Amino acid sequence: MPESSLLTAILMTPLVGALAMMCVPSERRDVIKTMAAVFTGLPLLLSIFLYVQFDRANPDYQFVEFHSWVATFNINYHLGVDGLSVPLVFLTCLLLFLGVFSSWNINKATKGFFILLLLLEVGINGVFMSLDFFLFYVFWEVMLLPMYFLIGIWGGPRREYAAIKFFLYTLLGSILMLVAMIAMYLYSGNVGAADGGIGQRTWNLITMAQIGLQGGWAGAPAFLGMQFQHWCFLFLFIGFAIKIPVFPFHTWLPDAHVEAPTAISVILAGILLKLGGYGLLRVNLLCFPDVIWAGGGPTAWATGLALLGMINCVYGAFCAMAQKDFKKLVAYSSVAHMGFVLLGIAAANEAGLAGCTLQMFNHGTSSAMLFLVVGVIYDRAHHRDIEGFGGLAGHMPMYSSVAFLAIFTSLGLPGLAGFWGEAMALVGCYEVFPKITVVSTIGLIVTAAFFLMTIRKVFFGPVQDKYKDYPDLDKREWTCMVPLGLLCILLGWFPMLLLGWMNSSIAKVVEQVRSF
Amino acid sequence: MEFFETTRPVWYALLILFLPLGAFCFNAFGFRTEFVKKRGHVVPLLGIGTALFLSCSLFKSVVFDHHGTNPEATVAEDSHGVAYDDRFVYWSTEEGLSFPLLEAGDFQIVAGILIDNLTVMMLVVVTLVSFLVHLYSTGYMHGDERYPRFFAFLGLFTFSMLGLILTDNLLLLFCFWELVGLCSYFLIGFWFQQDDPPKASMKAFLTNRFGDVGFLLGILLVYQLFGTLSIPGLEARLRSGEPIPALYNWDPHTLCTLAGLLLFCGPMAKSAQVPMHIWLPDAMAGPTPVSALIHAATMVAAGVYMVGRIFWFFTPEALLFIAVIGMMTAIIAATIGLVHNNIKKVLAYSTCSQLGYMMLALGVGGYGAGIFHLYTHAFFKACLFLCAGSVIHSVHTEDMREMGGLKSKMPVTYKTMMIATLALAGVPFFSGAFSKELIIEHALYWGVHGGILHFLPALFAIVGAVLTFFYMLRLMHLTFWGEPRNKERFDHAHESPPSMTIPLLVLATLSLFSVGWPIPFLGGHAIPEMLPSPPSAVAEALPSIEGGEHGHPGLGYILTSFLVALLVLAVGWLLYRRTYKDQRPGPDAWVRRFPQSYATINGLYFFDEFYQATVVRAGHALSRTFASFDQRVVDGAVNMVGTLGQALGRLHGAIDKTVVDGLVNSFWHLSHLLSRMFRRLQTGNVQDYLTFAVAGVVLVSLMVLFLGS
Amino acid sequence: MTPDISHYVFIGSVMFVLGVFTMTSRRNAIYILMGAELVVNAAALNFVAFARYRGEDLSGQMFAVFIIVLAAAEAAVALGIVLQLFQHFPTIDVSKSNTLSE
Repeated sequence: MPESSLLTAILMTPLVGALAMMCVPSERRDVIKTMAAVFTGLPLLLSIFLYVQFDRANPDYQFVEFHSWVATFNINYHLGVDGLSVPLVFLTCLLLFLGVFSSWNINKATKGFFILLLLLEVGINGVFMSLDFFLFYVFWEVMLLPMYFLIGIWGGPRREYAAIKFFLYTLLGSILMLVAMIAMYLYSGNVGAADGGIGQRTWNLITMAQIGLQGGWAGAPAFLGMQFQHWCFLFLFIGFAIKIPVFPFHTWLPDAHVEAPTAISVILAGILLKLGGYGLLRVNLLCFPDVIWAGGGPTAWATGLALLGMINCVYGAFCAMAQKDFKKLVAYSSVAHMGFVLLGIAAANEAGLAGCTLQMFNHGTSSAMLFLVVGVIYDRAHHRDIEGFGGLAGHMPMYSSVAFLAIFTSLGLPGLAGFWGEAMALVGCYEVFPKITVVSTIGLIVTAAFFLMTIRKVFFGPVQDKYKDYPDLDKREWTCMVPLGLLCILLGWFPMLLLGWMNSSIAKVVEQVRSF
Repeated sequence: MEFFETTRPVWYALLILFLPLGAFCFNAFGFRTEFVKKRGHVVPLLGIGTALFLSCSLFKSVVFDHHGTNPEATVAEDSHGVAYDDRFVYWSTEEGLSFPLLEAGDFQIVAGILIDNLTVMMLVVVTLVSFLVHLYSTGYMHGDERYPRFFAFLGLFTFSMLGLILTDNLLLLFCFWELVGLCSYFLIGFWFQQDDPPKASMKAFLTNRFGDVGFLLGILLVYQLFGTLSIPGLEARLRSGEPIPALYNWDPHTLCTLAGLLLFCGPMAKSAQVPMHIWLPDAMAGPTPVSALIHAATMVAAGVYMVGRIFWFFTPEALLFIAVIGMMTAIIAATIGLVHNNIKKVLAYSTCSQLGYMMLALGVGGYGAGIFHLYTHAFFKACLFLCAGSVIHSVHTEDMREMGGLKSKMPVTYKTMMIATLALAGVPFFSGAFSKELIIEHALYWGVHGGILHFLPALFAIVGAVLTFFYMLRLMHLTFWGEPRNKERFDHAHESPPSMTIPLLVLATLSLFSVGWPIPFLGGHAIPEMLPSPPSAVAEALPSIEGGEHGHPGLGYILTSFLVALLVLAVGWLLYRRTYKDQRPGPDAWVRRFPQSYATINGLYFFDEFYQATVVRAGHALSRTFASFDQRVVDGAVNMVGTLGQALGRLHGAIDKTVVDGLVNSFWHLSHLLSRMFRRLQTGNVQDYLTFAVAGVVLVSLMVLFLGS
Repeated sequence: MTPDISHYVFIGSVMFVLGVFTMTSRRNAIYILMGAELVVNAAALNFVAFARYRGEDLSGQMFAVFIIVLAAAEAAVALGIVLQLFQHFPTIDVSKSNTLSE
């Protein structure tokens, strides 16, 4: 593969945009918004190009870029994508682009908002592309700060509480991740070529995966009676689990969602949660395959992961059912949906990982749509109380159709994208953990129950006078939702459009994990 | 061209499948155009009409042109027509025409089309009823503000239902299964501004969701056991005699039974079997054409179709369970039909009861009987519903106590409904007679070949048949016969327009000419003979099942059941005469005589109350508990960590302030204190200063004086 | 008995003590001025007495003369201040005019 700068182009375009935007006077709102659209639109086009150019049959990293950065500590600017990251890069670019349009009405410190939004895109894309653990970590933190300000400044009434909660929670995870990362870096120097290492300290994720595959971590000193790789796995898991979010680290999510402005909720649910799942796949599973799978069967750790996934599915769904706030309900439904991601990872087989990755992408579109839906009604009614609505289907037919599409995708109706992720995760998990899978299906019923209750209360029933004058979707809102809606339907019937890109990488991961 | 010639069935099937979808898309996306707003029915009617024509053509080619063409048929032909292996089977995947929908490692979903006798029969039923309902709706829904949307949903439903029939894969079947549920949801809730439809639609979807989760788990288990979800592939795998693996320390037989029962959860909910029938009567809140199409003729029969489709998969234990459930449904729903006063709900319970018959038939091994009853039932029950719709359209109420004497006002509706009633009751020479007799026949056969308890299905079926005749006569009596009970409504009653009566006439004809009889143009074969019972495939893979072959009742059973049917009609008629004609003892007397039973039946056996008290309450309680747990304990812990951190911070700050800073500050404090003390001396009065100065001098002098030496 | 140095010093110290006592105990500005005169003159007395005792030159007497002149000037200025004070505050009680303190 010849050296290509496509990834850097995708990564750095928003940064250039942010820098350019700084030179624009803050009163020129239109210019700023147009610039934001352009500088998120360009990466979107490039990511589509990347998606098309990507060689599906090749399970290795492609479009790799390698430049030395801090030679003393062997830190490199090392980018590359495989089947697991390409769809997520595309999703990031798409949602950020739509996010710009859905925040067109932001008039409070517009310039700052869009600069932060562009920086956020840099951080997220960087995480998905990094093959150097240090770089990964840097981008991970880069993403954190814009998010903090975006919630903390442009959020709802309790924005400071939510932003600080989000920040501290993620920071806790980052610190654990940092500890594990440094430990891995330090120990990697002791691993020779025979055990997959290169005999010198490295942050390279590919080398680390190689060490994991060759069982090279086993030589590291145990601590408090637990092996090195288990400690690292645990610390990294907590770091990623907070992002996913896994019970009991999920409580930042409802608060952050409720307070965040619409576009930020969309990005938060659509992409940020996926970073956790992606990290689990990319780092935990690849670098420490023997923690999940040993002696031809799942380990206690895998069972624990599956149990947490089950709790997420059932618990999240039940919690969602009790919510009165539409946005909080959607937030808890995200918790339930991300449970399937964990189930798939715990199973660590093709079907399970396919379910996990499909679920990540499809939840990205469906939950993003749901938050847009909530945003639309909040813009009009200035409240989100489910009990307070009724009969919206009568005079907002377009809006209701889109909302139904989002809701039914989310509750996993076959024929729409959401089904395949859940079904595949269950298929995969059933092979390994039949009992846990059976319990998890309760979540399917409860999810249907609370979404249908929402439909009944918000969209059905007699049309109320106070909502009679609400306009249906305007062009801007419609444009935001149409691409997502199309993806929901298209991927419902042609999941291979996504899975085809991921299969070879998934197969590689499974092969590595199952070799233990 | 030759390629198209050899693979013709698949193109037919695809056209049949996608024409309704096209109609849906046309109406759904073109809803702003004037044409769709004004004439929303045109494109759907054309689409479904073409699909109907193609279905009939496919039916003809499958049934006539390929009948008995397999020279290698291994099972001998007996009195019941075609041998199983002799039927026409077209499996597109086998021909290389398939679409790999999903692929993840070993797990593959390949979409193909499976066409056999069962498929084409269902295709004709669905497209025909759907077409007639489309036609009927142009009259019934005329003037509704969401007229085009109604047709869009009908199209989407027809597409899903056809997909369900044509697919060759269990998981895809599940997909279409849920899609028909979705259409049912939207169509029940079509008049969402009212109070009941949204509730009913939600109830329908959720009840089905329970069944569907069981279905999905069944699919997972099947995949786990056999590694394939393709229906013909599964059958081949079972018939290959390859041993079934044992999982989770269970023997294969139990596993197969379990898989069968889990799969049956789906049909149990979809075909409204006790105890999951509660949604069907409520679903009558939807428009009547919808009730006729979805909740009488097609969707609710999908469960029966599904059981028939994988009939060879059920172990004897699973079949026993199916028979018991069917039996309970047949009798329980029939008794409720006796007392209800809502015309549509009586018909809904009747549907429920008839679906119970079908399940019963399948459970006792009467495959052809069950499927054939599905076929006849689809026409006469659709006819009954459409007639009921015609009546409702005319008198604007569903309460039969407000009707009466409509016979003269609505002659066409009356006559067609009478024909359908007789068909449902099983009067000879009407379509229902043949199918119902077949069921009783098989139930009797099963009883004879089993223990004494095995006679229960037959007994229940016979009692149910009596009740069926009775409640249908009661319905006719309350609606059409006797004196009008509400003068005003009676005066406004009128016959429906031709767009509504033509479908009635067609359906009545289909119930009258009992198409099941061996008539010449079907090549001398009756429809049930077209549907050879598949020998149990599970038995071929499991040595523990003996004699998987279901026997066929002989002539003796046919005669017996014929006599039984006559007896049933006689008893039903007598009961009706005594109750309604002679008013001796009269309906009220019955109620007085059996108050307890009446209360139970009138309370619908308290299923709703039971679920409300258990499942619904438990769900809400759990959700409240979990939510408050989440807020108090989990989030509480997080906030406590936060508070603790803050407290620690404060403590730290306090230490910093008191100890570290305190030390520094104490100097200041001391000097401050001293200065405050000494400030007192600074009176600003020179005299005082002088005094102090003198005192000082004196003091110093004294010190020098005494200490200095 | 010829008076020797001790007598002069005794007289001087008595005058000094009386002067100081007057200065500290009296509230009236005039009395305080008088006390001050006493103290100053006690000092002058001492200068003269010690000059005589040493008997070398007339520096002590010179100091006394300066002191007398100074005392006169001082008295003139002080009386002026007292007059001003009286015009500012309707009293010459010094403890009342304490606006400089605090």
